[in-house]
Amino acid sequence: MGHPGAPETSVVSDSPRRTREIGEAIGRLARVGDVVLLDGDLGAGKTTLAQGIAAGLGVAEAVQSPTFTLANEHEGRSAAGVPLRLYHIDLYRLAGPEDLDGIGWDEYAMPADGVTVVEWPERAVGLLPDAYLLVRLEPAGPDRRRVTLISVPLDGPFAGRLDAVRDAIGNQT
Amino acid sequence: MNILGIETSCDETAAAVVADGRHVRSNVVASQIALHRAHGGVVPELAARGHVTAIVPVVEAALAEAGIGRDAIDAVAVTTGPGLAGALLVGVNVAKAFAYALGRPLVAVNHLEAHVAANWLVLPETTDGAAGGTTGAIVAPPAPPALPAVCLLVSGGHTELVLVEALGRYRRLGETRDDAAGEAFDKGARLLGLGYPGGPAIQRAAEEGDPGRFPLPRAWLAEGGRGAEGRSAAGRSGDGDLDFSFSGLKTALLRVAEPYRLPAADASAGAGSLTPGAPFAAHRPPSFSPAMPVADLAASFQEAVVEVLAVKTARAAQLTGAKTVLIAGGVAANAALRDRVAAEVAREAAASGGGPVPVRYPPLALCTDNAAMIAGAAYHMLRRGEQAGWEADVHPRLPLGAR
Repeated sequence: MGHPGAPETSVVSDSPRRTREIGEAIGRLARVGDVVLLDGDLGAGKTTLAQGIAAGLGVAEAVQSPTFTLANEHEGRSAAGVPLRLYHIDLYRLAGPEDLDGIGWDEYAMPADGVTVVEWPERAVGLLPDAYLLVRLEPAGPDRRRVTLISVPLDGPFAGRLDAVRDAIGNQT
Repeated sequence: MNILGIETSCDETAAAVVADGRHVRSNVVASQIALHRAHGGVVPELAARGHVTAIVPVVEAALAEAGIGRDAIDAVAVTTGPGLAGALLVGVNVAKAFAYALGRPLVAVNHLEAHVAANWLVLPETTDGAAGGTTGAIVAPPAPPALPAVCLLVSGGHTELVLVEALGRYRRLGETRDDAAGEAFDKGARLLGLGYPGGPAIQRAAEEGDPGRFPLPRAWLAEGGRGAEGRSAAGRSGDGDLDFSFSGLKTALLRVAEPYRLPAADASAGAGSLTPGAPFAAHRPPSFSPAMPVADLAASFQEAVVEVLAVKTARAAQLTGAKTVLIAGGVAANAALRDRVAAEVAREAAASGGGPVPVRYPPLALCTDNAAMIAGAAYHMLRRGEQAGWEADVHPRLPLGAR
């Protein structure tokens, strides 16, 4: 793990600021059509990481938790300056995939004009896209989080970009 | 003028009759909370299905309770947003049917504006502070709030400070940068195993607790800018920054509760236990030792949320020269919040040498989602000529001041 070209990389974040920086690195490398799934428990830093991704995509407005609204949309742009939309989805209040009908999930799972970031993705098991970047946030001591980035599938569209993310965030362990 | 109000934006199916934007003739709320409690939140499809079965009986009950026939209804008002699309649609379609059949105007109401307008409502028996709330100038029945007013709008999905220049004319002074205050209560309650909805659960658990026992961070958000969550600045005023951040509180609560946490029942599987069919960790609510001081934790958590809300509200009132401070939304039902806002506003007014600024909040039944506030807001809208057409649609992400 962590060697060049690997489909998985892991880094320890010691603060919300650091978690946000990791998100920014992901956002700067994101492309239209990307889906990023954030897997972690309450308080793990999912919204903070999503705010970082938004910052990396040049989103200027506040990125609030979508728990109540289920889906928030923001205007951003790719690193190349191409305008795109950030779809920030939160499935926390859903019981399971059967509740996804009402929120237009199909379009979020294959964003034609932007990037989709999903919190609590396990509620959509069975309806996930074929390819995505999985970001797992796990406790690693007080105020520390192990942040693991996994390209799914291993040779998916993110595999070639993990090296660049690793270089941008440095400090991998 | 009698207005029938209908509200189905989230998990309450509600209908009410209000006369002249002031006098509540009936206020019927059928809650789906029992339905949602099992999920620790609102499930949109469940919500929509629940509204479909409840809405017609609830409207009939509101008319019966008001003691008026359908032909005595002068207009029909309904929430068109913000809220859950499927849930909103149920109310909008029923309201259109009623308005069309009765030949009466339809009014499309912004749910957030209605929460503000709830401060103009009077319940039938309101002649003292028991049903409504006011500190400072005591009047019975209460006169409409003096404007301009600063309104703290706090619910499960919203946390904003708004300057109410007039009903229908708003300026946003601050908002949450991440979690809403009600969401913070819900998630904090879930972390402590206290159940749903989280606000009442935390308030109950906090009653016997020591709010000073566990130091939790306050995000005053002074210098720094977006996303600086969980920072404890030295100055309480936050340099006039009227935004909020509650996201960091979850992590902080987990930290202070950690010593009491029990190992997961399936600890043998460890962190490697994944959701079947996908590479996700299995997230379950934590379980805690019976020795955990739940009351002190809940009180400390509530204090951390309430203090920031109250201090910034008082600051906003001082900065804008507001004549009244209003509290609106479901979290306005929290007694600790109401007391703290009153105390901070009085302190700020005394410090600046100004006169007392009354702090007002709706009667409890009108803080949480209800249809009387929809009918109340609609009255003021109709007076401004804001009638909706039959093409009126739902707007799940409608901001305050838009419709």
